[in-house]
Amino acid sequence: MRLAFILGEIGSGLRRNLSMVVSVVLVTFISLTFVGAAALTQMQITQMKGFWYDKVEVAIFLCGEDYGSQTCADGAVTDSQRSAIKGMLDSAAVKPYVESYEYESQDQALQHFREQFKNSPIVDTVTADQLPESFRVKLVDPEKYDVINELFSSMKGVDTVIDQRELLEKIFSIMNIASLVAVGIAVVMIFCAVLLVATTIRLSAFSRRRETGIMRLVGASKLLIQLPFVLEGVIAALIGAVLASGTLWAVVNYLIQGKLAVEYPDTAFIATGEVLLVAPGLLALGVVLAGVSSVLTLRRYLKV
Amino acid sequence: MIRFEHVTKVYDQKSRPALDAIDVEINRGDFAFLVGASGSGKSTFIRLVLREDQASRGSVHVAGRNVARIPNWRVPRMRRGIGVVFQDFRLLPNKDVFSNVAFAMQVIGKSRASIRSTVPEVLKTVGLQGKEKRMPNELSGGEQQRVAIARAIVNQPGILLADEPTGNLDPATSVGIMNILDKINQNGTTVVMATHDDDIVNSMRRRVIELSEGRLIRDEQAGEYTAMIPIINRDGSRELRMADPLAQAIAPFDTEEDEA
Repeated sequence: MRLAFILGEIGSGLRRNLSMVVSVVLVTFISLTFVGAAALTQMQITQMKGFWYDKVEVAIFLCGEDYGSQTCADGAVTDSQRSAIKGMLDSAAVKPYVESYEYESQDQALQHFREQFKNSPIVDTVTADQLPESFRVKLVDPEKYDVINELFSSMKGVDTVIDQRELLEKIFSIMNIASLVAVGIAVVMIFCAVLLVATTIRLSAFSRRRETGIMRLVGASKLLIQLPFVLEGVIAALIGAVLASGTLWAVVNYLIQGKLAVEYPDTAFIATGEVLLVAPGLLALGVVLAGVSSVLTLRRYLKV
Repeated sequence: MIRFEHVTKVYDQKSRPALDAIDVEINRGDFAFLVGASGSGKSTFIRLVLREDQASRGSVHVAGRNVARIPNWRVPRMRRGIGVVFQDFRLLPNKDVFSNVAFAMQVIGKSRASIRSTVPEVLKTVGLQGKEKRMPNELSGGEQQRVAIARAIVNQPGILLADEPTGNLDPATSVGIMNILDKINQNGTTVVMATHDDDIVNSMRRRVIELSEGRLIRDEQAGEYTAMIPIINRDGSRELRMADPLAQAIAPFDTEEDEA
């Protein structure tokens, strides 16, 4: 009986206040979408870190003609310098850190370059002697980059030692900034959502003051009087959260998995499984925000 | 049933108290008129009984309990023992007669079966049998007030408070309402009715409690009440003057009953 009564009250409240309820749904939808997007971006970063950190190498670039650096003052690397570097990589001091290494000649470098930039017109203007030859060193522990750097960067014939992780860090920091921006927008939007829920509940309480007044007089409990209003806000927020989860799922499923992952098979992308991890959080967040703001509003505007 | 012990209610420190040191007791089964000019404190009296407000000083006892001692969460339960009727009926315009009365039972969680058996019975008590499906806007004022009374008594409260229940009704309709209130009173419910209506007070001859500017100035069994006295001036013109309660010969101060 009471359950049916409460459901009826919620239904009439939602109908009477339809435009406000729709706005609550939309604002929670958008704010939670941003929250979810930020969370998914973080997950993508973690995913990429795990994926790329396994693949990154330290590149020891060797000198070519007229390279500006100090160690290249003598011109292009000589055969003896090259074998000295190779010997160093095989030496007992370096061996424990190195998992494997590979030599990349200028021709191979050009080949890799052409593969990497096959869609770019720059490919045709680059020749093999513009690219440095290098040793590609894969470390047992990528964190030990400094050891390699120290040993090799001062050697004759070595131009620079580059940790590819640094390049990735740049990408990650850009993604981090993007997710921070998303969080910032989400915070503002959530603030809007809370205020909007409060206003909606206030309006709803006002438009039903006759009912609540009578309920009070005949001795309805505080819970019974307030619950329909709280649930009204919670339901609206929940719908918003469901929409947000659905949108994130669609983005991940169709855009990321359906397009990006197909175009860049080498990169690890988040899948819909991650959305399923984020979605319950979004639902809970929506419910808590709406619940808290409506309870606080009712405390002020609905005397019991 | 209702006992005020030296009750003072101050809404605003600067103005005079709405009720000033009121001592009164209304016993179980009493029918009491609460009379007095607008602003004399009748509504405050009713609000204090309902615990919509709390007394600034003194204590209000309803059904043997000091309402100030009732914790907030128990207040709804206390209000179930009090029915209230207002001048403006306060019906839900989008519900029919049956649902308006049933609403009072629904919100305190009565079963569907008991609603279905009780509501028609109560509607019969107030003389509205056969009008269950009417909407409030299809009813006359008197009928609307009957619906409101039905709603107030459907949970069988021990006390019925009526705040100017006949204020919007013509005299003939008012008599019908008074008959219903009288019938309810005869079934053992304590009735307290705030009113301005001299005719009703004078013809009912029940207990009259008169307030003026927050003070209890008269409390007598089978009392009368005159809000305005027509005066014929020397030149033959007539005018209405407010009755001066202290000058009314028929109104001796009678407060012994409270102390008893």
